[in-house]
Amino acid sequence: MDLGMKPLTFTSSNASWKPGDGVSDQFPAGLRVLVVDDDPTCLRILEKMLKNCLYEVTTCNRAEIALNFLRDHRNGYDIVISDVHMPDMDGFKLLEHVGLEMDLPVIMMSADDSKSVVMKGVTHGACDYLIKPVRMEALKNIWQHVVRKKKHEWKEKDFEQSGSVDDDRHQKLADDVDYSSSANEGDWKNSKKRKDEEDEADERDDTSTLKKPRVVWSVELHQQFVTAVNQLGIDKAVPKKILELMNVPGLTRENVASHLQKYRLYLRRLSGVSHHPNGFSNSFIGPHDSPFGSMSSLNGVDLQALAASGQLPPQSLATFQAAALNRATTKNSLPLPLVDQRNVFSFDNPKLRFVEGQQQQNSNSKQVNNLLHGIPTNMDSRQLASLHQSAQSFGNMNMHVRSQSNSLLMPMVQPQSRTQNLNEVNVSQPVLDRNGVDNVRGSTLYFCFPSVACCRFLKPEQ
Amino acid sequence: MEVDQLQRSFLEYTNSLFREGFLDGQFGQLQLLQDESNPEFVFEVVSLFFEDSERILNDLTLALDQQNVDFKKIDAHVHQFKGSSSSIGAQRVRNACIAFRNFCEGQNVEACRRCLQQVKQEYLLVKTKLEALLRLEQQILAAGGVIPMLDS
Repeated sequence: MDLGMKPLTFTSSNASWKPGDGVSDQFPAGLRVLVVDDDPTCLRILEKMLKNCLYEVTTCNRAEIALNFLRDHRNGYDIVISDVHMPDMDGFKLLEHVGLEMDLPVIMMSADDSKSVVMKGVTHGACDYLIKPVRMEALKNIWQHVVRKKKHEWKEKDFEQSGSVDDDRHQKLADDVDYSSSANEGDWKNSKKRKDEEDEADERDDTSTLKKPRVVWSVELHQQFVTAVNQLGIDKAVPKKILELMNVPGLTRENVASHLQKYRLYLRRLSGVSHHPNGFSNSFIGPHDSPFGSMSSLNGVDLQALAASGQLPPQSLATFQAAALNRATTKNSLPLPLVDQRNVFSFDNPKLRFVEGQQQQNSNSKQVNNLLHGIPTNMDSRQLASLHQSAQSFGNMNMHVRSQSNSLLMPMVQPQSRTQNLNEVNVSQPVLDRNGVDNVRGSTLYFCFPSVACCRFLKPEQ
Repeated sequence: MEVDQLQRSFLEYTNSLFREGFLDGQFGQLQLLQDESNPEFVFEVVSLFFEDSERILNDLTLALDQQNVDFKKIDAHVHQFKGSSSSIGAQRVRNACIAFRNFCEGQNVEACRRCLQQVKQEYLLVKTKLEALLRLEQQILAAGGVIPMLDS
């Protein structure tokens, strides 16, 4: 069924869906989905289901082919759905590549519903995980992942221009807390409106219509905020008092209130229960711009002491140190973030691979990973806090954002037919295009509140 | 045969398959996907399943016949079969696959061979039944009727 729809276009003026071009009414119809599954039965069923959702479907039974196709048709797809177990390439590997090179939302699926595999999906940055057999209902709402991602990218872009990324992180944090909430976050109209306002006046706050100057939550400001909160005690920390303590001219109670809300969500997410940062000592560690000193002491955090005291698992100490070592190799003197090592280190850089060797995929490291991903572990909250702080210190350094490779700004290429089958037999194998990966030399790895769901990864330079 | 007689037989037969656990709700989903633009959808998918299944079962038989049995490979095959059978709603086949995987973990060749027999048996059973069901569908269409929707 051909809707005869216009492709979703993004113009350079405001990088958003324009209201008048007819696309908005029909969205999410026409969403361009690439499905990868080596099981022909499942593939056919998925294809039909997606078509019934009025999406544009391209099917593929080989991960390698899918990857090449994506490389050749950048900006040709909105979202990728991939099986986990495939003969030629592990689904997670595909996920990593897509995340690194194209930064598309990827949904994993499998008949395997074991917790470890689902967790793997989370840690590798999948935006969702579907258990087979997949039902129509599960596919109907996948468009929310596209919107969510785009919304975050717009915000990032905007914040880079204004020089700070903290607020963006906090917002994403809040967004990521509730994955399935499409009520507010997934409302693309709302986000489009938001983007328009950001571009035009840069005056409006998130959801209110009051005109007040946008607050940029810089590292120092956030540090002051946290100090104030800890001083008051998280239970007693009310915006008014925080504001008083912070004593920042021009900051309003509303600014603090919304920031506090996000912070609370973040803490809740860390601890898995409602806010209880018992072990938090007062300040963030270290100023944001200082380079690393010796390997054992990163920004005032004595990691070895931490490790010795049993609060920091030895593996992560190794990784911190390795990260410090590797720092010299990255252009921006940034430590490699701990979270999601696999995501980072699958990157085709031999120097980076060195660290991967150190990292064992055993339960301990998994625990660290989990911890840093903001998922509750068995560590008590004090340990949690110290690790959090160490990780936080990474986050506070150098949080530059490279602007998103402008997939938003380029017109979308619409695939020829509504459904394409990129199977091994049918398509002449395109030359493997490694440009996307090779160009990532100087890219920035950066952090947000240490939780992988809101960590963004390499943005390839165009 | 008259159309409504055929349709009744079809419904009865389908319901019995659900009752006896040969098919589950997922098969109903397939039925729902069949429409004017894809009037042969169920037939198409089921055919794909048969083709693929036979390939997997062959691979499994071969793998278990080896001197050194590669249990990982076998597990991968069974996992795939589990996925495809669950996609079309072949419940008993799927359950047999789950049991098979448990024995794979135990790495017991004899037990695995028995599991394979079990899976094959279930597969052949559901294949026979699905073929019968599809024949009924064809008969209904040939008689000028429409395929009735399932309740369950």
